[in-house]
Amino acid sequence: MASDTQQAATAYWKENVSLLITLLIIWFIVSFGLGIILAPVLNSIQIAGYPLGFWFAQQGSIYTFIILIFTYVFKMNALDRKYDVHEQ
Amino acid sequence: MDLTLTTYLIVGATFALYIGIAIWAKAGSTNEFYVAGKGVNPIANGMATAADWMSAASFISMAGLIAFLGYDASVYLMGWTGGYVLLALLLAPYLRKFGKFTVPEFIGDRFYSKPARVIAVIALIVASVTYVIGQMKGIGVVFSRFLETSFEVGLFTGMAIVFFYAVIGGMKGITYTQIAQYCVMIFAYTVPAVFISLTITGNPLPQLGLGGTVASGGYVLETLDNILVDLGFSQYTMMKGTTLNMFFLTMSLMIGTAGLPHVIVRFFTVPRVRDARLSAGWALVFIAILYTTAPAVGAMSFYNLINTVQPGEVGAEEGNLAYENVPDWFSRWEETGLLEFEDKNNDGRIQYYNDNSEAFADTAAEYGWAGNELTVDRDIMVLANPEIAQLPNWVIALTVAGGLAAALSTAAGLLMAISSAVSHDLIKGVINPGISEKGELLAARIAMAAAILVAGYLGLNPPGFAAQVVALAFGLAASSLFPVLMLGIFSRRMNSAGAMAGMVSGLSFTLIYVFVYKGWFFVPGTNMLPDTPEYWLMGIGPQSIGAVGAIINAIVALLVSRATAPPPVHIQELVESIRVPRAS
Repeated sequence: MASDTQQAATAYWKENVSLLITLLIIWFIVSFGLGIILAPVLNSIQIAGYPLGFWFAQQGSIYTFIILIFTYVFKMNALDRKYDVHEQ
Repeated sequence: MDLTLTTYLIVGATFALYIGIAIWAKAGSTNEFYVAGKGVNPIANGMATAADWMSAASFISMAGLIAFLGYDASVYLMGWTGGYVLLALLLAPYLRKFGKFTVPEFIGDRFYSKPARVIAVIALIVASVTYVIGQMKGIGVVFSRFLETSFEVGLFTGMAIVFFYAVIGGMKGITYTQIAQYCVMIFAYTVPAVFISLTITGNPLPQLGLGGTVASGGYVLETLDNILVDLGFSQYTMMKGTTLNMFFLTMSLMIGTAGLPHVIVRFFTVPRVRDARLSAGWALVFIAILYTTAPAVGAMSFYNLINTVQPGEVGAEEGNLAYENVPDWFSRWEETGLLEFEDKNNDGRIQYYNDNSEAFADTAAEYGWAGNELTVDRDIMVLANPEIAQLPNWVIALTVAGGLAAALSTAAGLLMAISSAVSHDLIKGVINPGISEKGELLAARIAMAAAILVAGYLGLNPPGFAAQVVALAFGLAASSLFPVLMLGIFSRRMNSAGAMAGMVSGLSFTLIYVFVYKGWFFVPGTNMLPDTPEYWLMGIGPQSIGAVGAIINAIVALLVSRATAPPPVHIQELVESIRVPRAS
C-alpha cells in the first residue's frame, strides 16, 4: 500500500514537472524569442498598426504570460483531482 | 475649483480611507500580523500583490522611460511581468504549502541551518531597504510638487500614514489598504490614458490605440518613427542596445522579480495552495492593466510633446513653436524645473532634436540650429499628461493620489518584509526562541516602527549610491534567493552545504562584477573598468549580470550538494510534503 502511494506521488510530480517545462518553453519562446531575438526580423511584418516584434515585446508577451498562468491553474487543479491530492 | 484645493481634498479622502481600513483591520495575533491570518481571497490578494509590486517608479517614471527608450524599454515591461510566470509555476504554491511566515524561515527550515537563514535575512534586508528609499523619496517629491509643502513635510506625512496602518494592522492592515490603493492607482492611471488615446487616435482603448492612426492618417508608431528620424534620433520601434545585453537584462529582472521576498510573502496570505496559484494569475492581470497601458501613454504623450514643439515641417523656420506661444501647461512645468528651455540660437523658437548624433550635425547646422534647446524630465510624461490632454482638475488631483498610493503601498509591503525578518527570523528564530506569542507581536510592531524611522531617515538623507543600488536589488534577489528557493523545492537531494555555497558564490560574483564597473561599495573613482559597453564582459552590463549570478548559484549548489551527504530523512519528507497540495 505504501509503495502504491509512493508511486502515485512520483507520477503526480512527473506530470507536474512536464507541464511546467511545456509552459516555460512557451514563456521563453514568446518573450526572449519573438520579443527580443527575432524582433528585428518580425518588425518588417505589420499587424494592426504595430510592427510585430515590437508588439510582442510591449504587448503580446504580457498577454501570453497571463494565459500561461491561468492554463497552469486549470491544468494543476485537474491534476490534483486526478491523483486525489486536491484540497477541500 | 482651485487645483491645489481639489488635490488636497482628493488626497485627504484617500488618506482617510486608508486610516479607516487600518482601524477596521487591527491584527490580534502573529498569524494576522505576518500573513493576514491566511484568510485573504485570491482575487483580493492579486490586487494587493499588484499594488505591492507597482512602485512609485512604475506609476510615475515607467511611461517616460518607454517614451525615451522606445523599443529598448521592453526589457522592463517583459522583465517585470514575466517574473510572475516563474513565481506562479516554480515558487508560490509550494511555499504556501510550507505554510510558515517568512522567506528566510523556509530557507532556514529546508536547509536545517541557522546560518543559511541569516544569509537570507541579510539578502532580504539589503534588497528591501534600497527599494524603500526610492518610495520614501517618491512620496516627498509628489507632495512638494503638487501640495505646495516642503519635501520633509511630505515625507513625514507619508511616514505617519504608513506607521498608522502598518504598525496596528501588520500584514492584515497592509493587505486591505493595498487593495484600496490599487483601485485609486489604476483609476488614476487609466482615465488620462483613455482620454489621450481618444484625442490622438479616436480609439478609447490605449492598447489598441497605440496601433491606431493619427489625424494625418499614418499609424502612431510609424509617424513617431518618422519624426524621430527627421530630428536625428533612431526609430522608436528599433532596437538600439545589443540583443545579448537585452536578453540578460530581461532574464535578471524576471528572476529578480520572482525572488523578491516582499512579493513572495504575499502568497503566504491565501487560504489554500490552489488559491496561491490562482492569485498569481490575478496579480498579473491587475499588473498588466497598467503595464499594457504604459506603452501607449509613453508613445502618445511623447508624440504630443514633439508635435507641440515641432508643429510644422522640420527645418522650416516656422516649423518650430515660438516660445511666446507655448501652452499653459508648458509654462507651469517649466516652473517645476521638469521642463527647461534654453534659446541657444536666439531665434525665439524651440528646437528639440538629437544633438549627440554626428550624422545629424550637418543637417542641424543647415537648419540654423545650435543645439537641443529643450530638456525634458521623463516623469513629466505621466504627471503632465492630464493637463496636456486638457482634462479637468479632479483628474490631475487623482494622478497625485495615484502616485502616492503607488509609493505608499510598495513602501508598506517592503517594510513588512523587513520587520518580519527582524522579529520572526532574527529575534524569534535565532536570538530568543522562547519568546511568547504576545512578546513576538510586540517585537514585530517595534521592528515595524523602527523600520519606518530608518526608511524615513534614509529618504531624507539618501546615500549617494541609492539610485545605483536599486538596480542592484534585482541582481541580488536573482543571484541569491531565487535559485536556492527553487532548488529547495525541485531537488530533494539539495542540502545545507550546497545551498550556502550557492548563495554565497552567486551573491559574491554579482556584487564583485557590479563593483568592478560601479566602484567598490559604490565609492566613486574606485571602479576598475569604465562602465561602458566596450568594457563589459561579452557586452553584458552590471544591471544584467544577476541572471549569470543565478546560474552560477544553481551550478555551485548542485555540485556541492552532490559531493556532500544528502539531507536528513525528515527534510526529504518535508520536500515530499510541500510538493502535494493536500495536507497528509
